[in-house]
Amino acid sequence: MLHIKCPHCGLRSQNEFSYGGDATVKRPELGKEISDKDWDNFVYNRKSLRGKHWELWQHLSGCRQWIKVQRDTATHEIFKTLKANEEIS
Amino acid sequence: MQKYSVFSLVKNALSNHENWDLAWKDPTPKKEYDVVIIGGGGHGLATAYYLAKEHNITNVAIIEKGWIGGGNVGRNTTIIRSNYMHDDNALFSEFGMDLWRRMSQDLNYNVMFSPRGIINLAHSDAQMNTYARRGNSMRLNGIDAVLLNREEVREIIPMADFSENVRFPIFGGLMQPSAGTARHDAVAWGYARQADDMGVDIIQNCEVIGFDVSAGKINGVRTSRGDIKAKKIGLCVAGSTNILAEKLNMTLPIETHLLQACVSEPVKPVLDKVVTFGAGHFYISQSDKGEMVMGGDLDGYNSYAQRGNLPTLQHVLTEGIAMMPFLSKLKMLRTWGGIMDMSMDGSPIIDKTHIEGLYLNCGWCYGGFKATPASGWTFAHTIAQDRVHELNAGYSLNRFNTGHLLDEKGLGTKTWIS
Ligand SMILES: Cc1cc2nc3c(=O)[nH]c(=O)nc-3n(C[C@H](O)[C@H](O)[C@H](O)COP(=O)(O)OP(=O)(O)OC[C@H]3O[C@@H](n4cnc5c(N)ncnc54)[C@H](O)[C@@H]3O)c2cc1C
Ligand SMILES: [Zn+2]
Repeated sequence: MLHIKCPHCGLRSQNEFSYGGDATVKRPELGKEISDKDWDNFVYNRKSLRGKHWELWQHLSGCRQWIKVQRDTATHEIFKTLKANEEIS
Repeated sequence: MQKYSVFSLVKNALSNHENWDLAWKDPTPKKEYDVVIIGGGGHGLATAYYLAKEHNITNVAIIEKGWIGGGNVGRNTTIIRSNYMHDDNALFSEFGMDLWRRMSQDLNYNVMFSPRGIINLAHSDAQMNTYARRGNSMRLNGIDAVLLNREEVREIIPMADFSENVRFPIFGGLMQPSAGTARHDAVAWGYARQADDMGVDIIQNCEVIGFDVSAGKINGVRTSRGDIKAKKIGLCVAGSTNILAEKLNMTLPIETHLLQACVSEPVKPVLDKVVTFGAGHFYISQSDKGEMVMGGDLDGYNSYAQRGNLPTLQHVLTEGIAMMPFLSKLKMLRTWGGIMDMSMDGSPIIDKTHIEGLYLNCGWCYGGFKATPASGWTFAHTIAQDRVHELNAGYSLNRFNTGHLLDEKGLGTKTWIS
């Protein structure tokens, strides 16, 4: 069982959250020329790191906010959580 | 190589079974091979076997970081089927079904292939319609499919919940009678033994840690036991694909996720089919030992842990009990997990890459065990001839670029949902 510290509500069990994938993927900027490669990288291609991984979770059965979580994908240790609008440093 | 037969069994019984040949050797890696296959799972072993058998390429090494069969080939729930709607998936899988039917003879190894049939349950009229459509597509491709109504399903699996007041009543189901199960370890060992006999070096406890690429060509691999040269290298590392791709500066349409399975204590024969729940992710069969073999959803977030978390198991088994209430009385014997190469459309990749001499075999999701023979056969062809076979032409890497996705379930790119 993962325990995720929601920046809005505090420490909660994984059962209250749903997963949203890699948080470092950025949608190509609108109004600019976008290559097929850029779209591929946005839609399909993922690093899927072993180790520290920034990912999105939604506190679905809580405050319903999307948050960013830094978790080790091999040990499940959680290092940091951020609000959705906070930049990953 | 000693042939396994009733005669060799009797002969060896006379010497207390102390004189059997080793099933495969433990060679020291050579400096160079014609082909190096990375990963001693089902697909790597089958690829080496077909390289030797179909293409006469025997100067081959399989490099395995642990022991052969320690990955997903030894962790899966052994369901073998070809009940696909899309042509590419259907034809590839049905080609595989033919190889399964002959496998024990071909390998002189009893893989206990048991074509007991699979039933996908339907819980609404809409689901019956989509099953009818899939069944028709299957039959057009020469694959057996039978649409069952509620009463017909009840006759086959009376232990399922057919009471009136259930959340997901059983409306019927789609059955592929020729689908089934096999003994997964025997598949790995059978391919390994034959490949070894034809001259393939099976090198265990040897991890690939890097690649030697220059001028767009592959020259070899760096391993924990030294550098090994090869002009052709096949990547068959399933759940570890992303890790090796990173070392090649490739980012792939793959994410690594964890799938769990479990078995109950052994009970008397009660279920002689593979059955899947249609209102969620749960499937079940009964092993020859009597254990109920069960599985379902991914844990739901990227994972390399090779062990699962309890919330998913609880969720999956809740579905199981909804489908077959008697399961609640059973004790759980074992649970385990494996890390899987989830592709963005749910279909695999068997292709060449932009690096000359580097070949890619990945994206097997939940369904790579049944694909073992067809994957090995087509991958061996792709490597030997340096071009894809028509059977794996649809499994190209650039389909994500051209838009020719093979999204059998129409789920899109959320791999943890598919
Ligand atoms: C719980 C579970 C249930 C499943 N149920 C089914 C099912 O019912 N039906 C079905 O068809 N499929 C099923 N699957 C999927 C199936 O098991 C896999 O898709 C398939 O086994 C993958 O191919 P493989 O056998 O070659 O993989 P693996 O056996 O995982 O082989 C990959 C090998 O590569 C090795 N490796 C990794 N990195 C390196 C490196 N750097 N250097 C050297 N070696 C390396 C690993 O140690 C491993 O042995 C299931 C999977 C799981 C986990
Ligand atoms: Zn919250």
